[in-house]
Amino acid sequence: MKTVYVDNNATTRVDPEVFREMEPYFCDLYGNPSSMHKFGGQVAGAVKRARQQVATLIGADPSEIVFTSCGTESDNAAIWGTLHSYPQKHHIVTTRVEHPAVLTLCNHLMKQGYSVTELPVNHEGLLDLDQLRDAITPYTAVVSVMWANNETGVIFPVEEIAEIVQEKGSVFHCDAVQAVGKIPINMRKNRIDMLSLSGHKLHAPKGVGALYIRKGTRFTPFFIGGHQEHNRRGGTESVPSIIGLGKACELAMDHMDEEKTRVKAQRDRLEAGLLAKIPNALLNGHREHRLPNTSSLSFEYIEGEGILLLMSREGIAASSGSACTSGSLEPSHVLRAMGVPFTGAHGSIRFSLSRFNTDEDVDYILEKIPPIISRLRELSPFWKRRDRSAVL
Amino acid sequence: MWDYSEKVMDHFLNPRNAGEIENPDAVGEVGNMTCGDALRLTLRVDEKERIADAKFQTFGCGSAIASSSILTEMIKGLTLEEASKITNKDIAQQLDGLPPEKMHCSVMGMEALEAAINNYRGRPVEHEELEGTIVCKCFGVTDEKIERVVRENNLSTVEDVTHFCKAGGGCEECHPQINEIIQKVQAEKGVAVDTGTDQGRPKKLTNIQKMHLIMETIDREIRPGLNADGGDIELIDIDGDRVLVALRGSCAECVASSFTLKSGVEAKLKEFVSNAITVEEVEQ
Ligand code: FES
Repeated sequence: MKTVYVDNNATTRVDPEVFREMEPYFCDLYGNPSSMHKFGGQVAGAVKRARQQVATLIGADPSEIVFTSCGTESDNAAIWGTLHSYPQKHHIVTTRVEHPAVLTLCNHLMKQGYSVTELPVNHEGLLDLDQLRDAITPYTAVVSVMWANNETGVIFPVEEIAEIVQEKGSVFHCDAVQAVGKIPINMRKNRIDMLSLSGHKLHAPKGVGALYIRKGTRFTPFFIGGHQEHNRRGGTESVPSIIGLGKACELAMDHMDEEKTRVKAQRDRLEAGLLAKIPNALLNGHREHRLPNTSSLSFEYIEGEGILLLMSREGIAASSGSACTSGSLEPSHVLRAMGVPFTGAHGSIRFSLSRFNTDEDVDYILEKIPPIISRLRELSPFWKRRDRSAVL
Repeated sequence: MWDYSEKVMDHFLNPRNAGEIENPDAVGEVGNMTCGDALRLTLRVDEKERIADAKFQTFGCGSAIASSSILTEMIKGLTLEEASKITNKDIAQQLDGLPPEKMHCSVMGMEALEAAINNYRGRPVEHEELEGTIVCKCFGVTDEKIERVVRENNLSTVEDVTHFCKAGGGCEECHPQINEIIQKVQAEKGVAVDTGTDQGRPKKLTNIQKMHLIMETIDREIRPGLNADGGDIELIDIDGDRVLVALRGSCAECVASSFTLKSGVEAKLKEFVSNAITVEEVEQ
């Protein structure tokens, strides 16, 4: 069956070029980069090149890149590491719409006695920067705010936030897992202290990520062990994945323009088409301050799981903020924080595109989705009633 | 992705008896938009009180639609008397099982059927939810409903209760009360259960018990976190519900230690010992 994959904020296809680059490092060049022989040394050279490639994509110095196992590890290492570097400070500032890698960790820390301020967002998913400024106290060890939201794609003004945090004397960590590779990032031009990224969101394999730590930032390692990564992260490097991440970053650089042109155009056409064809469909999140590839739409009066199951039968892969798909009973914390009404929050679908999507994909989705929505609405007791009251 | 049985998928993809009977003899409505699922069941009942026709409309996930669909098939041709004996277990069984997290869908089916039968008999159309007092605020579930699912399905953990009727699936504040209900039902059945949480603690502690519990909670729940930060805590005295402590090491210097005291120490003691506990710091 044909697969139309529009769930790229969940994970992406490994670019075949990335895979080719990785292949020799499994069975042939399998040396340990820390070894004192030439066989290992050549691998160390390749890791060094990958570090340079990652640094180039985000405008960093290679020494500021620490390879990790995933975005979640990067987030944990940044927040945990900062708290341990400033043991006299017990306060964390973050937002209600962060990824669970940050929110669940903060919850856990709260149980250990830290205090956490979760900043609210407005109905478009945006923060109030004055509120953010006021939340930071002399006891705030770290402020953690994401660059772009995984569910809605809404972009926060993190560069501006970094200025505020610096002025207030705290450390700023930015979870940029969804942003890296999709929008230009230049660490030389901002004051963000730490930044997390993840390989599998930008066509590298799963199981590799990186944490950017600005030179001079205090840091306590989260993984304790060997001297790898300049004593900032113990554990033998996952060499093939690191090589893959490096290559993926190089390719992301080459394709950056395409993201804001072709991918964005496809996203816009998909979104406009669905909103025009389907009544009672709403866009979640600010229309402008958004990633070029993401569209979160709510189809009122129906539940997201049913939509996904029917889409999946047509080979379309997307995701939903509905409660039923996550195993929890409440719809997405992001949509709830934005105050999306329950009529729509349960029926939200996130489409996230990548450079591998085609115009045909968009046509296909535009053809298949409207009948799915009407079919489920036919079954919904609320849709009929809404209809009737509209007629009366 | 859920592991749905073929039968669930079949009823989701080809729902039987979807829609609404014009001028029905009975209507059963349960659930609402906030909760994420709702079912409206309409029945045609003949003079012999036999269900001649049944139709459903459902807002909810795949298994909610499948549960509603199979329910209409199960009840067609039954007398109201016979239909009233159907339980949520029967519905789940007919579907060749539901994932545990989705059992509440079958409960919704049973409730809609009950509501429809009550409606036919001219009993108040009030939802089950309105009887008893609300225990779970997040999902508007009453003690009676919880007691009933616990009894009928022989549930023994809060997690089970959440799977069957959603209660406890939000802020978790109602977990202690749910646990009490489980204990009560199990006690009636003559089984002692250890629900595996501290919530089953005896209501009234003797002073000795309380002291021990406070010391234990500090050792188990509080000290490790402080130690990790290079701090420590010392229990100085217990005076009724007042607990006097001294903070040591990095905690003592920490200007923000009142945060630790209130949000960490006191919260833990309230959770594990008694809500009445207050914590004060003493210099020593
Ligand atoms: S009150 Fe029951 S989960 Fe919130």
